[in-house]
Amino acid sequence: MDFLTLIQLLDSTVRLATPLLLACLAGLFSERAGIFDIGLEGKMLAAAFFSAAVAALSGSVWVGLLAGIGASVALSLLHGLASITFRGNQLISGVAINFLAAGLTVLIAQDWFSQGGRTPSLMGGARFEPVSLPFAEALSAVPFLGPVYSELISGHSVLVYLAFATVPMTWWLLYRTRFGLRLRAVGENPAAVDTAGVSVIGLRYAAVIICGVLCGIAGAYLSTALQAGFVKDMSAGRGFIALAALIFAKWRPWYALWATLLFGLFGALETRPDVIQSLIGIKVQGQLLAALPYIMTVIILAGFVGKAIPPRAGGEPYVKER
Amino acid sequence: MDVMPKWAEVVLVPLISLILAAILSALVILAIGEDPVEAVNLMITGALGSTYGWGYTLYYATNFLFTGLAVSVAFHAGLFNIGGEGQAMLGGLGVALACLLIPWPHWTLALIGATLAAGLFGAAWAAIPAFLQAKRGSHIVITTIMFNFIAAGLLNYVLVNLMRPAGSMDPATARFPETVHLPTLHDILGTVGISFSKAAPANVTFLIAVVACVLVWLLLWRTWLGYEIRSYGKSEAAAKYAGISPVAITMIAMLISGALAGMMAINNVMGEAERLVLNAVEGAGFIGIAVALMGRSHPFGVFLAAILFGFLYQGGAELALWTSIPRELIVVIQALVILFTGALDNMVRMPLERLFLMMRRGDA
Amino acid sequence: MTAPAIELKGISKAFGPVQANKDISIRVMPGTIHGIIGENGAGKSTLMSILYGFYKADKGEIFISGTKTEIPDSQAAIAAGIGMVFQHFKLVENFTVLENIILGAEDGGLLRPSLAKARKSLIGLAEEYGLNVDPDALIEEIGVGMQQRVEILKALYRQADILILDEPTGVLTPAEADQLFRILGRLREEGKTIILITHKLREIMEATDTVSVMRRGEMTATVKTSDTSPAELAELMVGRKVLLRVDKKPAAPGDVVLDIKGLRVVDDQKVERLKGIDLQVRAGEIVGIAGVAGNGQSELLEVLGGYADGTGVVTLNGQTLDLSGKHSDGRSRRGRGIGHVPEDRQREGLIMDFSAWENTAFGYHRAEAYQSGLLLNNQAIRNDTAEKMARFDVRPPNPALAAKNFSGGNQQKIVLAREIERNPDLLLIGQPTRGVDIGAIEFIHQQIVALRDQGKAILLVSVELEEILALADRVAVMFDGHIMGERLSSETDEKELGLLMAGVGS
Repeated sequence: MDFLTLIQLLDSTVRLATPLLLACLAGLFSERAGIFDIGLEGKMLAAAFFSAAVAALSGSVWVGLLAGIGASVALSLLHGLASITFRGNQLISGVAINFLAAGLTVLIAQDWFSQGGRTPSLMGGARFEPVSLPFAEALSAVPFLGPVYSELISGHSVLVYLAFATVPMTWWLLYRTRFGLRLRAVGENPAAVDTAGVSVIGLRYAAVIICGVLCGIAGAYLSTALQAGFVKDMSAGRGFIALAALIFAKWRPWYALWATLLFGLFGALETRPDVIQSLIGIKVQGQLLAALPYIMTVIILAGFVGKAIPPRAGGEPYVKER
Repeated sequence: MDVMPKWAEVVLVPLISLILAAILSALVILAIGEDPVEAVNLMITGALGSTYGWGYTLYYATNFLFTGLAVSVAFHAGLFNIGGEGQAMLGGLGVALACLLIPWPHWTLALIGATLAAGLFGAAWAAIPAFLQAKRGSHIVITTIMFNFIAAGLLNYVLVNLMRPAGSMDPATARFPETVHLPTLHDILGTVGISFSKAAPANVTFLIAVVACVLVWLLLWRTWLGYEIRSYGKSEAAAKYAGISPVAITMIAMLISGALAGMMAINNVMGEAERLVLNAVEGAGFIGIAVALMGRSHPFGVFLAAILFGFLYQGGAELALWTSIPRELIVVIQALVILFTGALDNMVRMPLERLFLMMRRGDA
Repeated sequence: MTAPAIELKGISKAFGPVQANKDISIRVMPGTIHGIIGENGAGKSTLMSILYGFYKADKGEIFISGTKTEIPDSQAAIAAGIGMVFQHFKLVENFTVLENIILGAEDGGLLRPSLAKARKSLIGLAEEYGLNVDPDALIEEIGVGMQQRVEILKALYRQADILILDEPTGVLTPAEADQLFRILGRLREEGKTIILITHKLREIMEATDTVSVMRRGEMTATVKTSDTSPAELAELMVGRKVLLRVDKKPAAPGDVVLDIKGLRVVDDQKVERLKGIDLQVRAGEIVGIAGVAGNGQSELLEVLGGYADGTGVVTLNGQTLDLSGKHSDGRSRRGRGIGHVPEDRQREGLIMDFSAWENTAFGYHRAEAYQSGLLLNNQAIRNDTAEKMARFDVRPPNPALAAKNFSGGNQQKIVLAREIERNPDLLLIGQPTRGVDIGAIEFIHQQIVALRDQGKAILLVSVELEEILALADRVAVMFDGHIMGERLSSETDEKELGLLMAGVGS
């Protein structure tokens, strides 16, 4: 494998890891606050549709992004209503949200655009274009570092940079601020937060809203940056891979970055079977690579490679004790 | 004290949840510029207005009966099996292998063999998550989701690389031999002189599904094993005290659940397609969740819910055919049913409880 | 005249059809320790939850230092200077002591300054009240006594003037409890007001200045502690003279039924819970296990009941019991003639959603008599249940009613009937009368004595020393996984046992 192929591979790793990373961090906020969220997939899908649809109608990708975030947050609030306010089953609520998004996106797409459940192709200002970092052009001739800078680091959409910036921001918020302390506490022992005079419900809603915003950006990235428009079921299990990455990362922000990059690399390799063959000499089936994140997560869950301990109060609705 | 009488809990709560889901679905239909009343009429004529419609309704219902029972049995053990989809895929693989590799002399023998194979393959696919839950505490919801994806990858691999007939571009197995063809309801009812649509795929599997309902009911409420499953589902601490092994019950309940999900394949793979295709399950594993929730995990409730969803599926297909409403409307309805009966049930229950409390105070 | 630190006027609270608090009034003067005593379920915790803003009272008023105060939530309670130490601590296990202390009382959005400030003030509090803790220790790594200190520090850090402690000694050894009371004394000297909720008479007599008695949701009396006696308080608590002694003949112990040698149990967290127990129980005697909760009694019952693994040698009627292998489960134990009334009937002994008749089969559901062919003979179980309910006077005598709809005493009777009527050679009983009303207590005690008189061996675990002394013929005291000593109950008293429970002497 030559250097340029490697750069290309890593470049597509970054692009494929971005939505996973955003969704994974979204799940991190929710689950750290004690709300399990298997509805990441649905929220991403809804956001992908609404951002593409509104971008197509308005011609502005930024308006589209807002619409995508709005749709995702709306589903988050529904999840909050079910699991926080009405103390329902968080897993079942997540399942329902996934189906709701899968059905509604096609229904509305058909109603608005009549193109068989897709949006029109996005062009110009309705899409996030790659951002060329300063001097990318000029430095591309520098050996080694030049291509790394101009091909790998430069030339992504603004959402990619946003996603990577979200990692340290999340870490800082979680471990260095009052909000983070309370958020982590409410996922471990909500009674401690409640008796300390802080609203459990308020904190948990804040967490699911942040989760909605990040999922919204992830979805918008899919349909307005990675691709140019929405197609049916375009999230294609990414929400579940993000969930797998979250477990893989043991609910920690920096680990989440590495986990999603790894899963992104699998995705990149899936499209380049020739690269693997030249590397290890064996032909690896694409299906195996596609299933690898799931298999690895099962192995992690089985506790063979370090135990993944979820937040202690996760999945349990909070009821005040008598 | 129980605030509500039992009938309210069993009948009223799911009924109101269902009505709420229906109202919202009607609003969705209105929002996309169609007439909900007309839509319902179309669905009823399409799904129930002819033996052809009924044939499809019952065909879908058969799938949902198996997956609904699968989810229910796991629910009773306190386990949420989201893996019905993958287990049904593997069940399909079992059926395909049984039908293609063994030269069955008669369909009855083939049915028995295929049922066993479907159950075994489905159970085997549930066994790993079950084992990981029982022995290592890995959350079964996550592992079964992962196993759905792994199943899809596996099936894809098997169909593309191993079982695809030479020269075919289709990721599917060869057609099953004529001898394993299952009698359809047309064939069965014909023997007693009732005419039934020949084109509809409903077949003898429907009767097997009904028998499965009865057997599951007997298992859960009339045997000590079912007693142990239900006890474990209610309280793990109490089960341990009583000498009920959590590991054994988790394994057994999941194996039964997986086997039931797998057995769906005799309907869709052997009864209808007569070959194994990639997307044979078509989400029936997930609909099992909605069916189990609506049927409150009771076989009779599951039966009613499966018929309802069979009707929705067939009706939805008709709608897609005659109006501009896509089939995905059914996915929305399914989502709303799951949401209201499974996650927002307290939204219905809390006001009802207050109502009953007021009535009781009024009596006192 | 100074205003009372806290005054409650006419507080009432109902949960559905249950009246938890009825027209309760109380005055507590500043700088005093006020005890509230009552049986389990008398409404003490509900009252305190109202004071801490967990519940809203249906009726009544709260005055703090003479000012009428609304307490809609915990935040308002904290603002009013109320601090609460709950029975089950409200700490985040994987946070440090310092993080737990600032949680909810941070200064500003960033953690660093808050932590620095808390660290400084913690040093001050430690000096002032003798409350030393390591601010950087993780909660899950310090003992319960220390965790309780963190809870008290949390309240003091929030500048609480009124400190409520709900059953604070339940998890403490007598020595730790004494230490706690010394701390409370220091707090009183500094002018803090303390409300101590307990059901232990000894603590009231030792620690408080004034005491209120609650019974069935009502406040039956408020007296100065120095003007009353334990006997009088006990009578006020239960509403009539209490027989502290159970009527029973002296025991006539026969052969050894249960023989335990060198029994050890290690729990899931790899902590050794039983550290070599030797104990015998003979036919026709009741052996009581005394001790502060959490010193290995539960593990002893669990391993004998077959649902915890152990090592060592345990024989029943001379035959070895399997402690960790294939036959180490509740079913095998029942097969060997061991009945077991578990410590926590609602969590272990019953399935609360199951009907009484289903619960009657619980643990015995594979019994021959309950089967017909492959299926369960539900009618046989129902008939059996009806008989047992009649014999044990379970009310209402309705086998179809769900277990959760019976009172605590009647639930316990259902469990007892199930285990006793199987005619076991050995009966294990944990906390037989926890949360059981007085009338049922006497009945349950009589049944246990009657079983002894039939020549059965009985192993009784209770954290109520009075109950142990009243029922047991012989008492073994457990401390930290060891048996500290054995005494004949006729030849010992609470004081001696209390020392053993603290791990002193032998």
